[in-house]
Amino acid sequence: MKQKSALRAALPHTIPVMLGYLFLGAAFGILLSSKGYHWGWAVLMSVFIYAGSMQFVAIGILTGPFLPLQAVLMTLMVNARHAFYGISMLTKLKDMGKKKPYMIFSLTDETFSLLCSAKVPEGVDKNRFLFFVSLLDQIYWVIGSAAGGIIGSLVSFNTKGIDFVMTALFTVIFVNQWEENKNHIPALIGLGTSALCLMAFGPSNFILPSMALIVLALTFLKKPMGEVENG
Amino acid sequence: MTLTTGQSLIMVFAIALTTVFTRALPFLLFPQNKETPKYIRYLGRVLPCAVIGMLIIYCLKNVSAPFGIPELISVAAVVLLHKWRHNTLLSIGGGTVLYMLLIQFVFI
Repeated sequence: MKQKSALRAALPHTIPVMLGYLFLGAAFGILLSSKGYHWGWAVLMSVFIYAGSMQFVAIGILTGPFLPLQAVLMTLMVNARHAFYGISMLTKLKDMGKKKPYMIFSLTDETFSLLCSAKVPEGVDKNRFLFFVSLLDQIYWVIGSAAGGIIGSLVSFNTKGIDFVMTALFTVIFVNQWEENKNHIPALIGLGTSALCLMAFGPSNFILPSMALIVLALTFLKKPMGEVENG
Repeated sequence: MTLTTGQSLIMVFAIALTTVFTRALPFLLFPQNKETPKYIRYLGRVLPCAVIGMLIIYCLKNVSAPFGIPELISVAAVVLLHKWRHNTLLSIGGGTVLYMLLIQFVFI
């Protein structure tokens, strides 16, 4: 009974993420299947990787040369922000017990934002509520990916250009971050450094130098920007 | 598929393990809610914005003919749609459909 009520309480909180994940998951599934991967791969990735932006990047990795170390470094860079979500979740997930590993595994951007903001209704077990929020989110993502993969394999429409869904996703995140932050220097460093490295090193070799230069530039600019933020 | 099934599996699990590592890291490093080093907190603030900028360039890396005009138009459309309604689905869906129309029918 208690479990049911926590599930029922969690469901309405996850509706916005449901819409987003079904749509984006489907886009991911269609895109992956357009690269010749069976829809089972989309499900596999959504179950085990479960990271929205990273799965889109992973499609790029899967269609490029076999460079596992670069893939790991890329994942570290793209998902580094998740480490910082964790920092703000240390106390909230403290007493989750057996559910804690799953809570950590499933800490995507969207789930993080729900866990941060959702108020646990009265009379509902807090830990179960948080657990169902996380679980439902991943279920939406997996269903979306599977549906997209199946649609992509059954319907033969001209998918040329559907890769742009990834560019659009990152552009939207970029705009959101731009509006949330007063300091635009990091965003511009990311764009500028990568564009320069792309011109200097070419499309297949520019990611590692870009990452290194971004971290270097941000480290050197820490003091000057700190002064701007404090002043 | 450009990679073999085995290579793809290795990639998927390398990415999966690295992802869960980034999520678990703070719980491993700060078990007792220890103070997070300033430099790490700083990177946590600024890195996400820079990385997303990098990812946009990553997506556009293979732009060739004709001079990236369809990409430019579509990225601008995404920005404008998003500034206008702040509806993620509309911005992404609208931009993608526009891009597909542009490269399938206009800039062939």
